[in-house]
Amino acid sequence: MKKRILSVLLAAAMLSTLLAGCEKKPEASADSTAAADGDVVRIGVFEPASGDNGAGGKQETLGIQYANYVTPTVEIGGKEYTVQLDIVDNESSNDKAPTAAATLVSNGVSVVLGSYGSGVSIAGSDTFKEAGIPVIGVTCTNPQITEGNTHYFRICFLDPFQGTVLANFAKDNFSAQKAYVLTKLGDDYSTGLGYYFTEAFEALGGEVVSDTFQEGNSDFTSYITSAKNEGADVFFAPSSTEVAALLVEQAASQGLEIPLLAGDTWDSNVILNAAEGKNVDIYVSTFYQEGGNPEFDAGIKEWINSDSTAKANNGGDDTVSGLTVMGYDAYYVALEALKAAGSTDPAAVNEALWDVTYTGVSGDISFNEIGDANRDAAYIKHANTETAAWDFVAEQSVAE
Amino acid sequence: MKKRTKMIWNIGLIAALLGLLFLLEQVVPSSSMLFMVLKKGAIYALVAVSMNLLNGFTGLFSLGQAGFMLLGAYTYAILTIPAESRASVYQYFDGGIVQFSIPVPLALIAGGLVAAVFAYLIGLPVLRLKSDYLAIATLGFAEIIRAVFQWDKLGPLTNGSNLLRSFPTFQSVLYPFLVAGICIGLIVLLINSTYGRAFKAIRDDEIAAEAMGINLAHHKRLAFVISSFFAGISGGLLAMYQTTIQASMFKSAMTYEILLIVVIGGIGSITGSCIGSFLFIACSEWWLRFLDNENLYIGDFHLTLLRPGFRKVVFSIIIMVIVLFYRKGIMGDREFSVEAVRRFFLKRFKKKQTAEGGASNE
Amino acid sequence: MDWITKNLPYLMAGISVGGQYALIAIGYTMVYGILRLINFAHGDIFMVAGLIMVYAVTVMPMPLAILLVIVATVALGFLVERAAYKPLRSAPRMSVMISAIGVSYLLQNLALYITGGLSQQYPAIPWLSDTVTILGATTKRVTLVTPVLTVVLVVVLVLLIKYTKIGMAMRAASRDFETSQLMGIKINSVISMTFVIGSFLAAIGSMLYFTNYTGVTPTAGAMPGLKAFVAAVFGGIGSIPGAVIGAFIIGICENIIKGLGWTTFSDAFTFALLIVILIAKPTGLFGEKAIDKV
Repeated sequence: MKKRILSVLLAAAMLSTLLAGCEKKPEASADSTAAADGDVVRIGVFEPASGDNGAGGKQETLGIQYANYVTPTVEIGGKEYTVQLDIVDNESSNDKAPTAAATLVSNGVSVVLGSYGSGVSIAGSDTFKEAGIPVIGVTCTNPQITEGNTHYFRICFLDPFQGTVLANFAKDNFSAQKAYVLTKLGDDYSTGLGYYFTEAFEALGGEVVSDTFQEGNSDFTSYITSAKNEGADVFFAPSSTEVAALLVEQAASQGLEIPLLAGDTWDSNVILNAAEGKNVDIYVSTFYQEGGNPEFDAGIKEWINSDSTAKANNGGDDTVSGLTVMGYDAYYVALEALKAAGSTDPAAVNEALWDVTYTGVSGDISFNEIGDANRDAAYIKHANTETAAWDFVAEQSVAE
Repeated sequence: MKKRTKMIWNIGLIAALLGLLFLLEQVVPSSSMLFMVLKKGAIYALVAVSMNLLNGFTGLFSLGQAGFMLLGAYTYAILTIPAESRASVYQYFDGGIVQFSIPVPLALIAGGLVAAVFAYLIGLPVLRLKSDYLAIATLGFAEIIRAVFQWDKLGPLTNGSNLLRSFPTFQSVLYPFLVAGICIGLIVLLINSTYGRAFKAIRDDEIAAEAMGINLAHHKRLAFVISSFFAGISGGLLAMYQTTIQASMFKSAMTYEILLIVVIGGIGSITGSCIGSFLFIACSEWWLRFLDNENLYIGDFHLTLLRPGFRKVVFSIIIMVIVLFYRKGIMGDREFSVEAVRRFFLKRFKKKQTAEGGASNE
Repeated sequence: MDWITKNLPYLMAGISVGGQYALIAIGYTMVYGILRLINFAHGDIFMVAGLIMVYAVTVMPMPLAILLVIVATVALGFLVERAAYKPLRSAPRMSVMISAIGVSYLLQNLALYITGGLSQQYPAIPWLSDTVTILGATTKRVTLVTPVLTVVLVVVLVLLIKYTKIGMAMRAASRDFETSQLMGIKINSVISMTFVIGSFLAAIGSMLYFTNYTGVTPTAGAMPGLKAFVAAVFGGIGSIPGAVIGAFIIGICENIIKGLGWTTFSDAFTFALLIVILIAKPTGLFGEKAIDKV
């Protein structure tokens, strides 16, 4: 009997902590409804906040939140609307994505932004399609996302472009003959970018050794050894930041001397922190270089520093990631579309999006007939291991 | 109640349920979370019942369900992607090697059959193992199947580790209910047959069952194959529900979820598994989602406890409480039926009567 | 020489990861030996130990943090047993196993909630994290320390079980649970002690493991946990030297497979090995014969 009582007490203690949390809830929602008086337009934010891509998703969401903080209202059809962000966590997981998307749909959003990570974007796409809600992809770079869809747009460049840029860069700067490509199984972003890099690099006359790793793998020493044994000149690893941190750490301790190359996902302070003070050579291709728009940089840094949650979500400091900038721009593209549509009806917004043009922090944004952004430049950055900041290397574009 | 009336009652109930669903679909906007939960719930109900057939009725502790669902889902997807979409789906593999597609119901059954064939082959060696060893061996098999399907040498067939998409899906909530309903109906018929009684005998005491002339190996294999067949079909349904599938979805965590559904519903209760499934999906995907909703405004007030992930903490605590204190689950090993409800009320009524009678006597 | 330089890193990685699996596997094998329970939460306790270190090191010096990690992990293991397994002592074994899955689910979700789903950078432990070069291969010192430390700990443990009173009680309990109770062995304290030892070794294992692979995520314990369990079964469940040898074999094979370029199957291989051994020799390499375990 004593055990029973003890167990019940334990459970009660657990539950009471929960209830303490729940009791505060009504105040909070009262708070937010007070802020959202009058006409409200809802913008869905479909981003991972946990799982493999949680770090990147949070940084992207941060840009959207900052944009919402700067411009909380929008004029649609002559009426002032308050913009309310509906943020939902798709858990970086393709099987959770449809339900997360359905939550947004049932909340009645007018347009959706997201997601970081190409796999979840594809997985959630059909749910939005059925509901007739347009989606603006922020940094999902896989071509399959917009292909054959009229509701999915995106403001970033695509993997074939990014892969070619990086292959050219490897060839030009390191005169690389052999590349070691490491991709993650079951990750459409990683597999896709690896594929296009391989294609472009082989077209340039290079040789590629490719390898894959399983989800949940944290031991990369064997891969690094293989890359060394193969005599590769560059190590290309398109992957999530989580993997990146492990890889950088293990590359440093194993004395990998060749440059590490990666795509837009590595543009994160997670990588900078992992590389700080270590002997590693990291290059990434991305959308934005800090300093490109000093006014924006100053504003967002002040905002991040004033809010501890935002700062934690940004990885604990105020480095501006390219992802955050893209999130920021995506928000304004959505506002432009809402203005042009003159209504909050998703179908009208979808129609209006085709003709939206907007000059954002990351450059000019307009859509082609597939719904992809007309972008022809990527920034290459190098991780400075002494200052833990990104150094600008080059702006690369591809001759069609 | 006579058998006949019982059947009429049950059929009437099912018809009423389907009618209700049909009505709901006309009334409630189709974007409501309700339908997501109902669809996914129906699919999980089927796989939970199929797991219950093994764990609850035959006493075989198998943790391979996710692997068999994977087989069903992949078979379904590979066989039904329209030929014109194959080039874009199998973009890295020149359109793949399968260049035809077959009708949806056939593909679902094919999914079940493929799962059943694999189950038969796997069952030959592993069904000799008992309890925990069987559990861990089947779990291992699920992991091996997952790895094989991610192998890029099989890419022309499985699209490597990449997503499969563009296959036909369902819109109406009635579809998964009908398919899952028919399958669960078949399982119920099986359980009430002589085979079902043999399964229960094996669960209760293997040695006694063998002494009674039950062929252990045969019956265990039969239960394993049938359970996997239905897991395969539910895998196909899951593919339809999710619109995209990928081998990496079918992790052991998925099997654990199904196991928890079976436990919550009650091991050895078909209706329990169904009810458990809807409750589980509704809680994890819908009702508790508000707990994730952190206050995002930069106001002066910040909730410290509510932030993404809190939903899952609350949910897992609820599960622990059920596991520890309501060990039998919602239904125990009883079934929900008109008969049971009638008996329940009759008992109540009689008690009341006797109580009243006692009072008037004094 | 060139061949050695090229292939030594695979072997070193294998031995080191094998040692880390071994430390986790002991926890599995001891608990299974006595309770016949696959403690699915053990891998997550290992993960929590990693998280405690991440947070502890921000507020206290390293030696203190190491101490705290050990104490807190042991306390957690003890608590989990008392709260989640003890009430189910008389229940069917499947209930206990499901409870273990529930605890694992809870610990993972708690970690997810606390970390916000982000991977946490494990602090560098001085000396252990330093880079060393042997025979032309560069690695962290922890790679060399792990196998030595593992063997030392195992020898101590085996001596403890062989020559102390509590060790004798453990052996008795794992031989025959009911009879040992009748003989006056306080079964609850024996079980608690088992969990304490298991958690202690998991805490040490987590320090070695995460020093090598520095990202702590909520699911970081799941795979090592599962593999350690496979190692325990492989070596013969209930046998401590068996678990250790099984762990080293699995760690080395896994890395050889990766070195051969069969990376897709590095996890699958572990399970294939498990199934083969279960069918060929169900009691594992060093398991006791003629018992009704299987």
